[in-house]
Amino acid sequence: MSKSEKQGIIREINGPILTIRLPGIRNGEQVKIGQLGLFGEVIALQGETALVQSYESTEGVRPGEPVIGLGRPLSVELGPGLLGSIFDGVQRPLDKVLLASGDHIGRGIHLPALDRERLWHFVPEPASEIGSTLSPGQLIGRVQESAIIQHRILVPPDLSGELLELAPEGEYRLDDPIGQLKLSDGRSRKLKLYHEWPVRAPRPYRRRDHGLSPLITGQRILDTFFPLLKGGKSAVPGPFGAGKTVVQQQIARWSNADIVIYVGCGERGNELVDVLETFPQLQDPYSGHRLMERTLLVANTSNMPVVAREASIYVGITMAEYYRDQGYDVVLLADSTSRWAEALREVSGRLGQMPVEDGYPAYLASRLAAFYERAGRVETQGCGKGSVTLIGAVSPPGGDFSEPVTAHTKEIIQTFWALSKELADARHYPAIDWVGSFSEHVATAAQWWHKEISPDWQRRRGQALGLLARDAELARIVNLVGPEALSSAQRWELEGAALIKEGVLQQSALDPVDTFASPEKQFLLLEMMLTIYDRGAELIELGISVQELTDLPLMARARRAKQTYSSEQCDKIRALMEEFRQAFAKIRLEYAKFKEHTQ
Amino acid sequence: MSAREYRTVSSAQGSLLVVRQAPAVAFGDQVLIRDHRNQLRHGQVIRCSEAEALIQVFEGTGDLDLENTWVRFLDQPLEINLAPEILGRIFNGLGKPKDSRPPILSNVRRNVNGSAINPAARTYPREFIQTGISSIDGLNSLVRGQKLPIFSASGLPHNRLAAQIVRQARLVDEESSFSVVFAAMGVSYADARFFQEEFADSGVLGNVVMYINLADDPPVERLALPRVALTAAEYLAFDLDRHVLVVLTDMTNYAEALREVATAKGDVPSRKGYPGYLYSDLAELYERSGRIKDRHGSVTLVPVVTMPSDDITHPIPDLTGYITEGQIVLSRELHNQGIYPPVFISPSLSRLMKDGIGKEDTREDHPRVANQLYALYAKALETRNLAAIIGAEELSERDRRYLHFAEAFDSQFIGQGEDEDRSIIETLNLAWELLSMFPKDMLTRVSETDLARYHRSDK
Ligand SMILES: Nc1ncnc2c1ncn2[C@@H]1O[C@H](COP(=O)(O)OP(=O)(O)O)[C@@H](O)[C@H]1O
Ligand SMILES: [Mg+2]
Repeated sequence: MSKSEKQGIIREINGPILTIRLPGIRNGEQVKIGQLGLFGEVIALQGETALVQSYESTEGVRPGEPVIGLGRPLSVELGPGLLGSIFDGVQRPLDKVLLASGDHIGRGIHLPALDRERLWHFVPEPASEIGSTLSPGQLIGRVQESAIIQHRILVPPDLSGELLELAPEGEYRLDDPIGQLKLSDGRSRKLKLYHEWPVRAPRPYRRRDHGLSPLITGQRILDTFFPLLKGGKSAVPGPFGAGKTVVQQQIARWSNADIVIYVGCGERGNELVDVLETFPQLQDPYSGHRLMERTLLVANTSNMPVVAREASIYVGITMAEYYRDQGYDVVLLADSTSRWAEALREVSGRLGQMPVEDGYPAYLASRLAAFYERAGRVETQGCGKGSVTLIGAVSPPGGDFSEPVTAHTKEIIQTFWALSKELADARHYPAIDWVGSFSEHVATAAQWWHKEISPDWQRRRGQALGLLARDAELARIVNLVGPEALSSAQRWELEGAALIKEGVLQQSALDPVDTFASPEKQFLLLEMMLTIYDRGAELIELGISVQELTDLPLMARARRAKQTYSSEQCDKIRALMEEFRQAFAKIRLEYAKFKEHTQ
Repeated sequence: MSAREYRTVSSAQGSLLVVRQAPAVAFGDQVLIRDHRNQLRHGQVIRCSEAEALIQVFEGTGDLDLENTWVRFLDQPLEINLAPEILGRIFNGLGKPKDSRPPILSNVRRNVNGSAINPAARTYPREFIQTGISSIDGLNSLVRGQKLPIFSASGLPHNRLAAQIVRQARLVDEESSFSVVFAAMGVSYADARFFQEEFADSGVLGNVVMYINLADDPPVERLALPRVALTAAEYLAFDLDRHVLVVLTDMTNYAEALREVATAKGDVPSRKGYPGYLYSDLAELYERSGRIKDRHGSVTLVPVVTMPSDDITHPIPDLTGYITEGQIVLSRELHNQGIYPPVFISPSLSRLMKDGIGKEDTREDHPRVANQLYALYAKALETRNLAAIIGAEELSERDRRYLHFAEAFDSQFIGQGEDEDRSIIETLNLAWELLSMFPKDMLTRVSETDLARYHRSDK
């Protein structure tokens, strides 16, 4: 026991919640519980008695066993070596845990998150001169962490002072000092390649900034219809099987973020294994390197202790902020925030706190808001602009969006991708319902699209949504009076909407070509379907039958274009569009001749 | 084990017992309770402090007389003995023999609560299991190590379907067949008997271990039963290298027992009175299935969930669906039309199908064929609804084609005999027969190569 540690005893065990007697312990302090040395955290104090939540199963723990206060709150280690790893909800490295305890996770295993043996090639920052004053978060050197990510070594955000020493370029372990600061109170402090940060405290930055460019995900319904900006916050609610995890994994695979942090919070073990097994093989479409080089996983699967689930989200976001502070665009995917909220509920229930809605405590909304507030694009302390984009899956019981977690989340986020059971049941994937979804980022995203892709983007997007709305209206009519009641123009509208649905909105994550679409391909597919619709509508007005158009063999090719042509083959999509123009022109000509002839 | 007995029971209610002045007992420890007639009951410590211990009694506290109740703390969690000889045997929910044969002797003892599999130790399930049932193999394929529940309702043939899966399930590339762990919670005597006869008739009894808690057995025992059964399954799979198929029936009875105990403890209820931790509790069970790196065996889980009032949004099927890797949903409507198995494919799903089918595993067209059938069936159901409103004669010729397709699909593809064991190739060929009711241009979810190879128009 070091001098900052204090010892007490366990008085009561009630599942993951323990009552202990430990004078002088602080709220939020980490503890080591019992003979097994389980990991836990103080969550309430009353005189000399404290309530503790245990991150590990308390089976076998007895009243009277010792408990040790560790003198610090739940913190994570931040430094090179995070990327490519998989951690549990309290940042234990699961590959090392595997070596220590075998296939099943053992208890009381305390392992540092970051590898202490590995050597890193450190290059000091030339601008950091000895004797100069360093401010919090200032860059002092670099380490190549993975093939694509250069890890920027920063002065910890809560330190500043005069630089007394800085190590020369060379190989260092994490615990080797690489510099020394003289703090304002005269004490000196060693700097290392890593530092620790308490997970429940947002990391500081200079100021907030606006999001400017869209996060490109390669998913048409997201990018083209409901865009999200880098630094934005969004939610993906949906009943089970609707596609929340696939949406999140697609974003992890194909988005143009620098770093992706995927938090499996109370979900399936195999979904993390899927990422672990496929990402090292998949190529990042932007850098050409392996996706795992920019990815890190936090796993608190549904069968792991509930209390660590509550922590896992904060562990994930703190690591995200850390890379943001290095000037990177980070995406944090949390699957699922509902499980996190349930962990809150579980603990509050055991504490006897008054439940307000569906058993959730009154502070659910404020906790959710505070968590999402950690997203954003900021001016960092020392590395320019960086962002954390936060995307949370929400799992409403029974698929009911009026339940508390979905309802509160909806108030907080800017982009809402609502998944629908009806669409999923019809195998319309991604099952994102264009009526229930929204994005507050369309206007800003439009500036990017207009500049980079086409000045027609916003108009075409609006036209497609209009056609889909007409489709719903007409479907209601058909259901009342039958399809015969529709005019030719109206039936063509239905065909047009079907083209948008099948040719643009539906996108298979499993199809090797369709799984990713560049912004250019996205726009061309949209443009093609709308061109077919527009030109066709003109012909129909002339009196040509809908059937004649739907019977065109070209139509099947249009529907298949998304999986036939990759993002590198946009010229082929243009060529197909040209074929349509010609085919329609030909029909028009023949029809004119036929008219002439019959008159 | 301490031989000391405590006669300090201060209260008993439902399945809960409070013991005062108990020693420093450990959370989760086993307890033996001796009543005034010298009968033994089993319990578990679910809360403990310096002053008292709260005990959950598996057989309930009915008829206990506080003055004449003796409690012994066994100083160990719930463990069972495991040996290859468990196959062919029948046990109760606590792992005690129920077939009048001696207990299992072994030095392999396992804690039934297990502990979470490290995700870094898992390997992704990818090996196709042929069940011989088209609606499953063709459209919602099961793979080794998957957890795929049957969502059913009272009066639907989930038992027959589960039995058919157990009978027919085959690993395509392997000679050995499955070992079966059959876990029954709160089932009727007739249902338990049905399975026993099924296993006997198909000659697999020696390869089956059964854990049975009947409808009139103590409900609290149902909380331990699946843990005991899954511990046995893990032993067979990961110690003895077998592929294990676990049938858990009926999870609804399990969840109801959980609610009963939670209510007695005063836990805060969430939906429909079920405790907020029902999700985590079910996950602790379901997540015990899977594949582990460098291990030959696997645990494949087929839980049966009967949906109260046929409601798929009821907490038990709902939370199950959030944890399992898909679901096979049975429909009363198809059942009433005499279709067996009445699998309603629209809400059914196999999340692990994607990596277990296709060129290497079944046939190269399989994923696209499944996709195309789903799309056509969705459209056909829409058309059926429309026909119900406006009359079939009002439909266009194109729409009528969908109606015919739906009928053929329900009766020929979904419907099959209880003894009919279709190979995956038969299933896919049958699928193409149905797809060929449509011209090639309408089949945009399959590839042009598929059409050239399998569409019947050219043949
Ligand atoms: N874009 C997609 N392309 C293809 N299949 C999809 C897509 N989205 C969802 N699916 C299918 O739906 C299943 C369930 O999706 P998933 O994301 O796991 O649902 P949820 O997380 O909402 O429960 C997947 O296993 C997959 O079969
Ligand atoms: Mg999911």
